[in-house]
Amino acid sequence: MLELRGIDKYYNPGTVNEMCLFQDFHLKLEKGEFLSVVGSNGSGKTSMLNIICGSIPIEKGQIFIGDKEITKEKEYKRNRRIGRVYQNPAMGTCPSMTILENMALADNKGKLYGLGPGTNKTRIGYYREQLAQLGLGLEDKLDVKVGSLSGGQRQAMALLMSVMTPIEFLILDEHTAALDPKTAELIMELTDKIVRDKKLTAVMVTHNLRYAMEYGNRLIMMHEGRIVLDKKNEEKQKMQMDDILKLFNEISIECGN
Amino acid sequence: MDFAVSIIEQGLIYGILALGVYITYKILDFPDLTVDGSFPLGAAITAALITRGVNPYFTLPLAFLSGAAAGVCTGFIHVKGKVRDLLSGIIMMTALWTINLYIAGTANVPLFSKDSIFKNELVDSVLPKSLKPYRTLLISFFLVVLCKVLLDLYLKTKSGYLLRAVGDNDVLVTSLAKEQGNVKILGLAIANGLTALAGCVFAQEERVFEISMGTGAIVIGLANVIIGTSIFRRVTFLKTTTAVLIGSVIYKACVAAALRNFEPQAMKLITAVLFLIILIISMERKGKVKGNA
Repeated sequence: MLELRGIDKYYNPGTVNEMCLFQDFHLKLEKGEFLSVVGSNGSGKTSMLNIICGSIPIEKGQIFIGDKEITKEKEYKRNRRIGRVYQNPAMGTCPSMTILENMALADNKGKLYGLGPGTNKTRIGYYREQLAQLGLGLEDKLDVKVGSLSGGQRQAMALLMSVMTPIEFLILDEHTAALDPKTAELIMELTDKIVRDKKLTAVMVTHNLRYAMEYGNRLIMMHEGRIVLDKKNEEKQKMQMDDILKLFNEISIECGN
Repeated sequence: MDFAVSIIEQGLIYGILALGVYITYKILDFPDLTVDGSFPLGAAITAALITRGVNPYFTLPLAFLSGAAAGVCTGFIHVKGKVRDLLSGIIMMTALWTINLYIAGTANVPLFSKDSIFKNELVDSVLPKSLKPYRTLLISFFLVVLCKVLLDLYLKTKSGYLLRAVGDNDVLVTSLAKEQGNVKILGLAIANGLTALAGCVFAQEERVFEISMGTGAIVIGLANVIIGTSIFRRVTFLKTTTAVLIGSVIYKACVAAALRNFEPQAMKLITAVLFLIILIISMERKGKVKGNA
């Protein structure tokens, strides 16, 4: 479904600070897979997401969706079929616009942003319904500016907005990292529900090993631009928290930190 | 009385400029110095057309289009050329000086004997005699309100939503599968279109085109926007566009009051000092709001 083939990625190419992150990196995702990605800082998790979304260029390699090569496709064009939630809750919403306006903006993704009315009044009921499932009371605050909401409320909205239109991939970049444990739990449960309901193919980068174990049907661990662990379905279910922690520690000791 | 009328007239005309600056400064968060060139661009186009005998009302859309073209150029330099926002504006502002000279022919084009949008046969025949002294005021008011209403309506469309989003969070615009650069270019086009329109109306009110009339236009525009938005910060029933227009008239009045006590040469200094005072006052208010929260 989604495939990274032979990716080479260098940072600062041609300078003394040149650093090779990926060399001949491969990853293949099947339709409907919910992949959790763990790994220490600098292991290339976020870079991998950026490469999938087209936010950063690559030196070599190909990216496929199905049989179609999208290596050269611009980021904004790729985003038609990709939804993305960032670590920073502010990245997924517009602070100076109201909740209603934000929802309407997201609802129009993939269509023309022309001179028609920005908010389709007949959709307000649907927006309310969507917001109500968050259980945060946002459905009664449609005219409140998103800038005055808390980080957790904004992240919940960002998640809703990213999956508002039919997409195929959901990219989650440490999307619970900036939230308190209770809100993080709520967002994580909601994410799981959305991925199941909409049958999305999802990639979630997380530092929370428990989430990585509990959610999703595939888990990879990355280290210095390589995949050092790849477990699917039953194999993943059989894994114990201790196994993954042990591996994680071995890697960290190897690096000397 | 005449004094007050002329202040309100000019305040309103600069209000159109302020609407343009509102788009770049407040919505796009883009410090756009193109304004110093696109304001006289509108005036130059107007002077060139009116001296050739074109109906003055045609100068309005043509001035808007010329300004929009200048805005598109600034946007292209910034988005496609990846030049920093401030520098893109400076480049266009400098280039426009020469372009304006070419368009107008000379550095100074008097329009005293020509028809204008304020003074022509149509206005003379329609307007009752008692309202004649206020015709400039009435016509500018009509134009400003028209611009404001159209802008308000635009900002409520899908395209307008996207424009507001791009200044707020351009990552989101990319996430919505839209090229954010194009949205910025569109915003700059509308903003500079409005600026050139202000220049067009201003030249017809002053009945002269001057190559240097754009110098400091950005300061006036910014002052108008900042006064309007900070005075009416807590007034929720007023739209920001309305606040900006009122700010424009207030600023003009402040400058005029200050000028009464000084020589005309002091104009630019007064403009700058007043702007500084306004900036400091409005920052202080911001600080207080934070302190309370």
